[in-house]
Amino acid sequence: MRAKIMDRAATVILTLIAVLIIGTLVGLLGFILTQGWHKLNLDFLTSPPDIVNAGGGVGPQLFNSLYLLVLTMLIAVPLGLGAGIYMAEYAPDNKFTQFIRMSIEVLSSLPSIVVGLFGLLVFVNMTGWGYTLFSGALALTVFNLPLLVRVTEDAIRNVPRSQKEASLALGITKWRTIVSVILPAALPGILTGTILAAGRVFGEAAALLFTAGMSSPNLDFTNFALNSPTSPLNPFRPAETLAVHIWKVNSEGLAPDARDVADGAAAVLIIAVLIFNLSARWFGTWIYKKMTSGSN
Amino acid sequence: MSHRSDTERQSGIARKMLSYNKRQWTENVTGKVIATVCAALLIVVVLSITYFIASKGLSTFFVNGVSITEFLTQIKWDPEGEPAIYGVFPFILGSFLVTTLAALIAAPLGIGAAIFMVELFPNFGKKVLKPVIELLVGIPSVVYGYVGLTLLVPFIREQFDVLGFSLLAGGLVLALMILPTITSVAADSIAAVPQDLRNASLALGATRWQTIWNVVLHSSLPGCLTAIVLGMARAFGEALAVQMVIGNTTKLPGSLLDPISTLTSGITLNMGNTIQGTPYNNALWSMALLLLLMSFVFIMILRIIGRKGLVNK
Repeated sequence: MRAKIMDRAATVILTLIAVLIIGTLVGLLGFILTQGWHKLNLDFLTSPPDIVNAGGGVGPQLFNSLYLLVLTMLIAVPLGLGAGIYMAEYAPDNKFTQFIRMSIEVLSSLPSIVVGLFGLLVFVNMTGWGYTLFSGALALTVFNLPLLVRVTEDAIRNVPRSQKEASLALGITKWRTIVSVILPAALPGILTGTILAAGRVFGEAAALLFTAGMSSPNLDFTNFALNSPTSPLNPFRPAETLAVHIWKVNSEGLAPDARDVADGAAAVLIIAVLIFNLSARWFGTWIYKKMTSGSN
Repeated sequence: MSHRSDTERQSGIARKMLSYNKRQWTENVTGKVIATVCAALLIVVVLSITYFIASKGLSTFFVNGVSITEFLTQIKWDPEGEPAIYGVFPFILGSFLVTTLAALIAAPLGIGAAIFMVELFPNFGKKVLKPVIELLVGIPSVVYGYVGLTLLVPFIREQFDVLGFSLLAGGLVLALMILPTITSVAADSIAAVPQDLRNASLALGATRWQTIWNVVLHSSLPGCLTAIVLGMARAFGEALAVQMVIGNTTKLPGSLLDPISTLTSGITLNMGNTIQGTPYNNALWSMALLLLLMSFVFIMILRIIGRKGLVNK
């Protein structure tokens, strides 16, 4: 009898835990979205921040976050693909491979602030660039590389062996086989993982404090010269991202509506993360269907 | 006529296919080299991170002449005093306390949720709980910190009539952050327990809970431990979310409700305000080195758990 009561009690407690977790997520999202909802208008999303007065927006920050995301992905995705291909297709079972595996493990468990400090030493001070978007992108590359390598390796390993063997049997070289047979088949997995990694880049702040900096110059959105300090497209200018902005407004914000701004920025960040997450799911299934069902 | 040229063409194609093709060979080798370079880059990055952080971090001891034991055990942090005292013990203690607290809260909840979604209601778990957990992973840490700051800190302030910025607030925020990590890793290891073991236990007349407690959890113990250590590693290195809610005082905490400092919060707050090369600044790099060493320690613990052959496959 006692065992049965224990069984019931355990079921109830475990169910409560599950409900608690789901409730927490719903509460968290609900809280952030309701708090920030009134700030979500075009003016807030496009106007520059105001340090002292109320009414500042997050336009440059939002742009910086997106631009940094693009820059990071331009650097990180090719490197991640290359290393992932090596790990899945070439890596012999030797010390070198073990050492690479160990490096991936170390990199993925490094605190992001340590990555940021490494970036400060190497990409900011040693290169003499100062706080720049490009330094931030390099730091985030270091931060995201292990994830991208793992995703690529897993996706490639999941491609059926027979496809690869068929291609090799036709006399196609190994590299051609990888590029034109294996990679397309592994694409859904790689893309899903890449979109999730992009979400991480978008929300990362600690690695950027000392690499991309905590300030943004006055941007002139009609200036497209890559080397002008006021051009939004110049990768060698300091840039504060949305996530960094939330932190900064809370720790040293002077504007009377700092709380409001942070509310709005947090809501924008959460919506972006939701979009990344849902699109990763949707895109993954869509492309998988498209590639396997055979209907155009 | 045309028959003859056809044969000629075919043998031409055959020759082409069977002969050594320089262009293809070059392409093949180039591809392999590029992939190898990308992989080797990972090693270069790890080695240079270790080298640069270590060389900066060790200068506190070798250039500024601070004793290592004093640095680690002094309970006073007064880098701007006369004479300056660099005791990082309060930061180290704070980091360990907040990590332990987070693990104590998150481990039972995370493993409980893992059992729920693998053993009790797999359908509901897959359709609802798993996506929820994945969404929680995706929420940026500053957002966790911000919610902690606007909800948790005022709540603690009102309930207990204290400042609110506290070890407790930091532990709760971190617990929420590492919960998804613990849940998903534990769920994988619980799902990997062979079904035969469950069937054998149930056939002996054990209830579902007895089976879970004595058989499933027992054989997935290494996996669950891995989950907890991974969560703790993440908690130990988290910077901004913690910094926003713990109050950042370098006094030793007397209770859960006292404000504290962690290694990460100390670095975050002061790195930008100190001048490169000064003893104060170097001391912050030494703290970063401690963080780096701790993440090596966490990896070693994970390897030991894995190597004992305990991890179920």
